[in-house]
Amino acid sequence: MIPGALREAVARDGETIVYVPRERLLDVMTWLKETPGQEFDYLVDVTAVEYRDRERPLEVVYFLRSLKRRADIRVKLELDPSEELWVDSVWELWHGADWLEREVFDMFGVTFRGHPDLRRILMWETYAEGYPLRKSFPLRGRFSRAEQVRQALNANPEAHYSLEELSIADAAGDLPDEMRDRLRRGERGVIPEPPSP
Amino acid sequence: MSKRTVEMALATPGVDAEGRPTRVPLATQEPDLGGEHLLVNIGPQHPATHGVLRLVVELDGETVVRCIPHVGYLHSGFEKLGEYRHYNQIIPLTDRTDYLSPMANNVGFALAAEKLMGIDITPRCTVLRVIACEMSRIISHMVWLGTTSIDLGAFTPFLWAFQERERIYDLQEMWTGARLTTSVTRVGGLMADIPDRFVEKLREFTQTFPKTLGEIDRVLTRNAVWVGRTQNVGALTAAEATNYSLSGPMLRASGVGYDVRKDKPYLGYETYDFDVPVGEHGDVYDRYLVRLEECYQSNRILQQAVDRLPDGPINVDDPRVILPSKTRAMSDMEAMIFHFKQVMEGVKAPVGEAYIGIENPKGELGNYLVSDGTAKPVRWRIRPPSFINLSALPKMAEGHLLSDLIAINASVDIVMGEVDR
Repeated sequence: MIPGALREAVARDGETIVYVPRERLLDVMTWLKETPGQEFDYLVDVTAVEYRDRERPLEVVYFLRSLKRRADIRVKLELDPSEELWVDSVWELWHGADWLEREVFDMFGVTFRGHPDLRRILMWETYAEGYPLRKSFPLRGRFSRAEQVRQALNANPEAHYSLEELSIADAAGDLPDEMRDRLRRGERGVIPEPPSP
Repeated sequence: MSKRTVEMALATPGVDAEGRPTRVPLATQEPDLGGEHLLVNIGPQHPATHGVLRLVVELDGETVVRCIPHVGYLHSGFEKLGEYRHYNQIIPLTDRTDYLSPMANNVGFALAAEKLMGIDITPRCTVLRVIACEMSRIISHMVWLGTTSIDLGAFTPFLWAFQERERIYDLQEMWTGARLTTSVTRVGGLMADIPDRFVEKLREFTQTFPKTLGEIDRVLTRNAVWVGRTQNVGALTAAEATNYSLSGPMLRASGVGYDVRKDKPYLGYETYDFDVPVGEHGDVYDRYLVRLEECYQSNRILQQAVDRLPDGPINVDDPRVILPSKTRAMSDMEAMIFHFKQVMEGVKAPVGEAYIGIENPKGELGNYLVSDGTAKPVRWRIRPPSFINLSALPKMAEGHLLSDLIAINASVDIVMGEVDR
């Protein structure tokens, strides 16, 4: 049994699943990566699963691999979807987690604390319809097609650059007031909460 | 950051006293721009970004200080769509992820669904799927070779590579009726057996293909321009490649010999005789060498697969999973019921989850399926190899020239359909 783990299970494909409490995630991951005999030095994937059954917790799943031992393990973390979804980032351990965690944040709204650059990756920064892979998100999106087109046509071209990029280009003077304010405060802007269904 | 000195000796303004053309350096040093950084936007519509990738690059003179990739322009929500479809209905979506190797994607998904449902496929189907995977590897690497050589200024290999790719596309068309969107697998089998003359044509291909590879090898591998543009460009050490979760040729070029076909075999790959090329320096040149050698190895696997192709059914004998033939469905009551139930309700998977990684041309393609006992998955996750490989681009491009950024980006071998899904 891995120290700090809640319980272990075996998946249908024969892989070991280790359930870890959110508070112990980084300890367990560091242990898995650095203990001789474990040496899970390769992060295969990070993803999340939300079940159709609303009672079941949302799971964040880490697929780990030891390239040396040619062994795999799956680490799961259960989150209560009615509360704030946050997890500690494992970016310090595996830099490959960078985009993978951003994608989970983008698609499920799980915040990764300590991630160096947590922002949307597949959807654009000002996307306001919510988190597409959540079960409460309708297949065709929350806004009507007309509203989506209207927003796309009204989009400010500057919005295609992140604030960080604009600060390089010295483009702050040409920005709309609201964006310049955000830039001055050093903020990326708040991603709007999805409207209640 | 290290600055590179650009030296050129190409201008010939005249002849000297002995009649030889005098060579004067055009520029001996990079112009000093006084520390002013420039922001350059490349893409999303740009031929050298291999799709709708957008790079925002901070430049100091011609040196890349920082590269910020923006993806998502081709986001289609396949994973979300999959939650609303039966398992077999998802297979056409997998064509459209990595559209340069559609057959391998079909196989990856079908294997995951079969693992979830506990289905063992037939021996003939296993070998045919190996053929599908290796044909995909060859066409994908041919596109990579062609486009990368164009990016670096070599036009001829592009034509040769695409010619070979066309021959495989003809084979795919023979088999499935489609060149690009093949949808060749079904859960528990294949959509069709290979047609007559397929084996003959494939054998013909495997005999002549190494000749083209040899020609490409001759024009590129020791070509001064090619070597100069690719060696020591975008190098990653083994530790870095592992840390960035790279997979496939990108990982192996850095010296980590992990190949899913060898280390976690599926489809009986352990019974084939092939080698896994491993690079040493992890630069663009080594990635080229690894991919070129993989084409030879794929060709070897294809030859072995064609030789051992057993007779027998392609589909498992389970009426709950495989549709009965049209004739039987129209004449046999029981077959008609099974047909109806499969079309209307789909194939139900037991509660649980399954992950399978397969060695796609781009890297490890993972399919992770979670089922709650219904005919539609709760979650279908694609582990997109080129998405993860691309995430190391800022690290690789740092400190290189802008033109090297193009070479590095090409060496990642991205397909935006898969990056954005």
